[in-house]
Amino acid sequence: MSDHEYTPKSKVGKWFNDRLPLLTLANHLTDYPTPKNLNYWWTFGGILTFCLITQIITGIVLGMHYVAHADLAFQSVEHIMRDVNYGWLIRYVHANGASMFFLAVYIHIFRSLYYGSYKSPREVIWIIGMLIYFLMMATAFMGYVLPWGQMSFWGATVITNLFSAIPLVGESITNWLWGGYSVDNPTLTRFFSLHYLFPFLILGLVVLHIWALHVPGNNNPIGIDIKKPSKDTVPFHPYIVIKDAFALLIFLLIFAFFVFFSPNILGHADNYIEANPLVTPAHIVPEWYLLPFYAILRSVPDKLLGVIAMFAAIFVLVILPWLDTSKVRSTVFRPIYKQFYWFLVADVLILGYVGAMPAEGLYLLIARVATAYYFAHFLIILPFLGLKEKTTPLPLSITEPVLGGSADMAMARNNSDFKEKL
Amino acid sequence: MKIFLKLTFLFVIISSLISSRAIAAGEQQELLKVDWSFKSFFGKFDRASLQRGYQVYTEVCASCHSLKHLSYRNLAEKGGPEFTELEAKAIASNFEVTDGPNSDGEMFERPAKLSDKFVMPYANVQEAIAANGGAYPPDMSVLVKARSGGANYIYSVLMGYDEPPAGMELDDGVYYNKYMYGNKIKMSSPLDDDIVEYSDGTKATVDQMAKDVTTFLQWTAEPHLETRHKLGFRVIIYLSVLTVLVYFSMKKIWSRIETKV
Repeated sequence: MSDHEYTPKSKVGKWFNDRLPLLTLANHLTDYPTPKNLNYWWTFGGILTFCLITQIITGIVLGMHYVAHADLAFQSVEHIMRDVNYGWLIRYVHANGASMFFLAVYIHIFRSLYYGSYKSPREVIWIIGMLIYFLMMATAFMGYVLPWGQMSFWGATVITNLFSAIPLVGESITNWLWGGYSVDNPTLTRFFSLHYLFPFLILGLVVLHIWALHVPGNNNPIGIDIKKPSKDTVPFHPYIVIKDAFALLIFLLIFAFFVFFSPNILGHADNYIEANPLVTPAHIVPEWYLLPFYAILRSVPDKLLGVIAMFAAIFVLVILPWLDTSKVRSTVFRPIYKQFYWFLVADVLILGYVGAMPAEGLYLLIARVATAYYFAHFLIILPFLGLKEKTTPLPLSITEPVLGGSADMAMARNNSDFKEKL
Repeated sequence: MKIFLKLTFLFVIISSLISSRAIAAGEQQELLKVDWSFKSFFGKFDRASLQRGYQVYTEVCASCHSLKHLSYRNLAEKGGPEFTELEAKAIASNFEVTDGPNSDGEMFERPAKLSDKFVMPYANVQEAIAANGGAYPPDMSVLVKARSGGANYIYSVLMGYDEPPAGMELDDGVYYNKYMYGNKIKMSSPLDDDIVEYSDGTKATVDQMAKDVTTFLQWTAEPHLETRHKLGFRVIIYLSVLTVLVYFSMKKIWSRIETKV
């Protein structure tokens, strides 16, 4: 937070700002001191905000033409694709936008994992982020149900059926979710209602996420605490704004390529077949961004334990700030952790791959090993490694080169305090 | 710029994941590949092929397969077969639709207009199933998008009828098809040489008809494909120019401090 008090120049501005300090907020956002060594992996926050706004705007327009009824939903989507002016564009942006949103969020999360952005004092930012991620998955899942194609219907059936694994009350909960005894019109209408609601909850959480970020300020690629504002920082505007804009444009080029030249490649062909409760598709697969969790779910032989494992896979991320015992944030100075980090990336990609394959034979074996490794990474490797690993020396500041000797973060901090006193 | 290499790498991994999923979806035999005119970056429909394809659809497919999401007006719209409005009206008037109620409260029959949806061969799904030996002839409006492999799959199935391999027992009304999922299909081979007579003099071989009707079905599934490609090209150009401009603005702004971007 910038320390100086802000007073608007104009009289009207001052009058208004005394009553509602919006101008102070705007000033805070433009002046916000940001580490100047942020790399392009840090541009995904802005990209994600863009994705959310795009999904909300296209979604509101789609909602004007879509009919949430089991008999009419598929037809209304075709109506949007054929008869609504640029309806095809709006729908393809929304459908591919979901994939792009998840692509960006995965990069954002793995950036956080690499540079230790979840560590003290940023635990709350991280936890809010995980809540956003969880809501995103729920929203995307319900959105995929709305066109009422075969994958919509059977995906909804498989996922809602998971709740029936809960002992004693499972069946009642499932019926309550469905609004009946199977996935049907009541399920579709409530999914539509919630799919419309959740993005605004996400938006609220995004505001909290950014607010929480602006208290300690950004982490940075070398992961050390910096003084703000100082030689190590630049004001958010124009430096970070223009850089985010550049990265967003590159992202938009990829986005546009999907929307205009292969709009259906990320979806499943079966979803262009109207939902039919009497015909089960050969393979029921969720959207690509849910595949790693789907693999974890299927790798456990027991249904209840599988569901627990799937939710635990997300929960283990929530408590990550306390599982990682290392005081050094950035992986740059953690040579051993760096290798485990890339193992984890590979592990999640493998989980995604086997999630798309039939759960049998070699695929199942790979899924089980990968699932075990996933949990081992967070529950065994991280806590243990943080205590044992010998880290390389941390620099004193972003502008200072690395000093030999001290590998200790606290020492580095003391040194910089000492220097300031001089 | 190293980051873009990394991003590209990630991109490749993800797309390979997607394509591997398509393989897992279970094609049994490599599909026949056609160099469709609508496939490429600037892909457009072959207008004459669309019109011939419509002819194949009406004369061969339409007796069982509906096109319920299309209206007759679509036939005259830009980017489609582009029949003239008069031709499209004439096509529509060949079909009878039930309208009403009129001022006497009666339903009545009238010839179809441009604004009407394509008339369906059967009144409902049950009738269609009953008339086809228990197999529902799927609606063809989005069929190309509803099959992995898309246009190549439709074309391959049309070309894939063959004698069953030795030892394969087929029930009555079930036919062998090399490309169909499970190799069994309840539709007999729909195309024979010269089953339709093209007015433009094109020879109506099975291959030609299969290509034409597949092109037509690609259009019914993606009626705005040409607009999409055209607009997409402009969007990419616009974004590229803007990206370059923003890149240099960024360089200029960041040159005030010694850090590189």
